[in-house]
Amino acid sequence: MSELTITLLRLGYLVLLWAFVLSAIGVLRRDLYGTRIVNRRRPGSRKPVAASAPAAASERSAPIPRRDVGPRRLVVTAGPLRGTTLPLGSSAILIGRAASCTLVLDDDYSSSRHARVFPQDGEWLVEDLGSTNGTFLGRDKVEQPTVVRPGTPIRVGQSTLELQR
Amino acid sequence: MATVLTHRERNGRTLELGLLAIALAIGVGAYALVGLATADTLPVDIVGYSLGLVGLSLGLHLIMRWRAPYADPVIVPVVIALNGIGLAMIYRIDMAYVDRGRDSAFAERQLGWTALGIILAAVVLVLLRDHRTLRRYTYTAMVAGLVLLMLPLVPGLGAEINGARIWIRVAGNSFQPAELGKICLAIFFAGYLVTTRDTLALAGPKVLGLQLPRPRDLGPIILAWAVSLGVLVFERDLGTSLLFFGLFVGMLYLATERISWVVIGMVLFVGGAVLAAQVFSHVAARFEGWLNAFDDDVFNASPGGSGQLVRGLFGMANGGLFGTGWGQGRPDLVPFAESDFIIASIGEELGLTGLLAVLVCYLVLAERGMRTAIGVRDGFGKLFAGGMAFVVAFQCFVVVGGVTRLIPLTGLTMPFLAYGGSSLLANWIIVALLLRISDSARRPAAPAGGPVSPEPEVPGDEAEPGDTQGFSTGQGGGSDHQTEVIGVGELRR
Repeated sequence: MSELTITLLRLGYLVLLWAFVLSAIGVLRRDLYGTRIVNRRRPGSRKPVAASAPAAASERSAPIPRRDVGPRRLVVTAGPLRGTTLPLGSSAILIGRAASCTLVLDDDYSSSRHARVFPQDGEWLVEDLGSTNGTFLGRDKVEQPTVVRPGTPIRVGQSTLELQR
Repeated sequence: MATVLTHRERNGRTLELGLLAIALAIGVGAYALVGLATADTLPVDIVGYSLGLVGLSLGLHLIMRWRAPYADPVIVPVVIALNGIGLAMIYRIDMAYVDRGRDSAFAERQLGWTALGIILAAVVLVLLRDHRTLRRYTYTAMVAGLVLLMLPLVPGLGAEINGARIWIRVAGNSFQPAELGKICLAIFFAGYLVTTRDTLALAGPKVLGLQLPRPRDLGPIILAWAVSLGVLVFERDLGTSLLFFGLFVGMLYLATERISWVVIGMVLFVGGAVLAAQVFSHVAARFEGWLNAFDDDVFNASPGGSGQLVRGLFGMANGGLFGTGWGQGRPDLVPFAESDFIIASIGEELGLTGLLAVLVCYLVLAERGMRTAIGVRDGFGKLFAGGMAFVVAFQCFVVVGGVTRLIPLTGLTMPFLAYGGSSLLANWIIVALLLRISDSARRPAAPAGGPVSPEPEVPGDEAEPGDTQGFSTGQGGGSDHQTEVIGVGELRR
């Protein structure tokens, strides 16, 4: 074989090697750029919490009047777990630091069994389980089981949660 | 208020097939080039060799389509490419040994081990349906791991090769049990740390701005340190000792997120190693060969000299930026060029360019393992995947660091590249376990929840675009799903 062929084969192999590495990384690009963060509501359209449910409904692109169905999920809207959603089933949701909780918070400001969100007569209620720092519904401290309206923020330690349809 | 959305997950099996084709071209191409360079013709068994490699890879690919359809698409091609490069390099060194009149058939045996490794990986994928079942064997794995680690010390079974007592001889084959031991120990550490992480993360005294753990929680790390020092002293192998302790400290950091554990671990290990170097001559020789490698006396010292290390460095220097080309260098001048020093051989024949490509392959492999750990939802799986990805990356660091004289030379082998059956089998099992965990990490979440509202659904409502996104106002689009939907049942163990 000529010197040229050998050199071409030698460099060609290195090119093949890097072509493989780069195409593998190309597949991984989706990890870096595959996620996007979207605002669920347009900025500036936030209404006072009490009015947020009908306001959101009227904002829809298709203004079909909706019947008032119960909330379907519990969403963490602020705090380390922001973006986490839990589907609401027929059972209660336990929130706290303990591993046995449904929603496990890694938060020094929450108690191990902090609060409970549970259904009763077609409505969802929040109850504080004797936590150290308390649970707040809107601005009020939760002293006894209280009905939660969708969109009202529930504050547990550093996290804020709300029920959504 | 914002939420993180990902694009609709494709399972990536077709992508994997494409990458696999390039990976196989790399392996077979290297084999052909070695033949062209050393004998001026293609190797006689090139057809059988290619068919075997292609058949095994396709077999594994089909098993994954069947049993782990959502597993990561990059892991298998990267590993096949590394294994193929390793096989070609071992074959090339065989050729060089034969030229020098030495009988050598490492490549054939390594091909056999590769076949066995791929089959073993397929078996693990078929038999292990859920990685969480491994958690039940936490303490069994501890006993098994420790026994495997100590096995070479058993008289009559253990064998001392080149000063290190990390081998056992069974039916004429030598085997490094610590390679399998690291998987068992990763299972144990994951199972143990997932239950004790909260205690170990508790804050103790603060020294120089560093939040130290409580003194009473130091027990486990001291125990792991003592065991690793025992390995260093009795088995005379810095690599195994470092690997074991590094795995523990790495997983401790993964579990607790406290940097102080890493600092404590490094201080303990460096202290122990320096102490061992003062007391034991074989450890001291390793340090001497590292620090004064170019000294004449050290270079020529018969056992434990730095001749191998320095010859490897010369080989890599000979390779330069683009290498000498497959079959054109003299990697056989370095002792153990096919196992401990295969990195130097690759550096010589493929140059810095090729060596960096190989190292990036390892980087991609470790990254996929870590990404799997982030994606999987249970704590045990997170720690286990993270630990295995860490151990592969750490082993690469220890080997390449030793060969390039960054740290003292150890007796570890490069995963997938170096000659050695036990290492190859163990690392293929690691690949299978990572694939299994990544399958459950990337599997799209089952449609969450059942019917929630007490009232029946209005059928016309569901047809509205964006409705499944709750309150999304048309920006989100209905096609994406949330990154993290935690099913209520899933978190109740």
